[in-house]
Amino acid sequence: MRPLFSLAVGLLFGIGLCLSGMTLPSKVIGFLDFTGAWDPSLAFVMAGAIGVGFFFFRRARSRLAPPSTRIDPALVGGSVLFGIGWGLVGYCPGPALAAIASGEPKALTFVAAMIAGTVLERIVASPRLETLDFAFRRGRSVAEAEATGA
Amino acid sequence: MSIDWQNFTPLAALAGGVLIGTSAGLLALRSGRILGVSGFVSGLFEKDDEWLSRLALIAGLILAPVLVGLVHPQAAPIPDVGWGTVIVGGLLVGLGTRLATGCTSGHGVCGLSRLSLRSMVATGAFMAAAAATVYVVRHLI
Repeated sequence: MRPLFSLAVGLLFGIGLCLSGMTLPSKVIGFLDFTGAWDPSLAFVMAGAIGVGFFFFRRARSRLAPPSTRIDPALVGGSVLFGIGWGLVGYCPGPALAAIASGEPKALTFVAAMIAGTVLERIVASPRLETLDFAFRRGRSVAEAEATGA
Repeated sequence: MSIDWQNFTPLAALAGGVLIGTSAGLLALRSGRILGVSGFVSGLFEKDDEWLSRLALIAGLILAPVLVGLVHPQAAPIPDVGWGTVIVGGLLVGLGTRLATGCTSGHGVCGLSRLSLRSMVATGAFMAAAAATVYVVRHLI
């Protein structure tokens, strides 16, 4: 990745988010409210994104590692936790970051909490912790312990 | 179920989706990277040689609404919930997306585009959990 190129990618992605309505929590909640007055717009966002994404990713196949097929409790449990947070507030990570420039205190607070949640996962679930513990007990460096797959 | 025709914006949604898919596709094609926003945020804590590129992508994402606002005024993206909910929601989104190694962009857009089974399971789980949460908050409480 080159910084200028990824800046352009971020801009394009963000403009897409604005145009799609994904940046508005009310619209996201309106989509998730299947039993109420349902706004199907976000299904069209996904259709548009995956519709073109499919062809890009097919061409990019040689550049990417094949997708993992591991289905584990962390994947399902983590997704459920994420879904609850998303449904409560109406922000997923992209739209939450895109809301920063609005300067809205609730948007800034959400992003701060989201980053705290990210850090929490790094502390609680990081295999590095076990590696660190292993290295400590054996009197080795973390890099050595990781290299041996411990 | 009834359709909320007043707020339904299929063309803008489709066009926005195409831009989202194109940006993710270009990053995959040019850089061999998955555009996952939660992963890019988490990656800000990794000091490797792609750190600046991750920061640049996030900066673009933050700047985009400012640019769009110059051309077309944007509705304020404020959640209609209390402070406690904002904090709990943010923590759950941060923690959950990292446990699942992906969010709406990484699993929902990129993963489904490349027909990843893992991403299909993740997307199904977070969509179902989000819809159930909205149902409980809007219709049961």
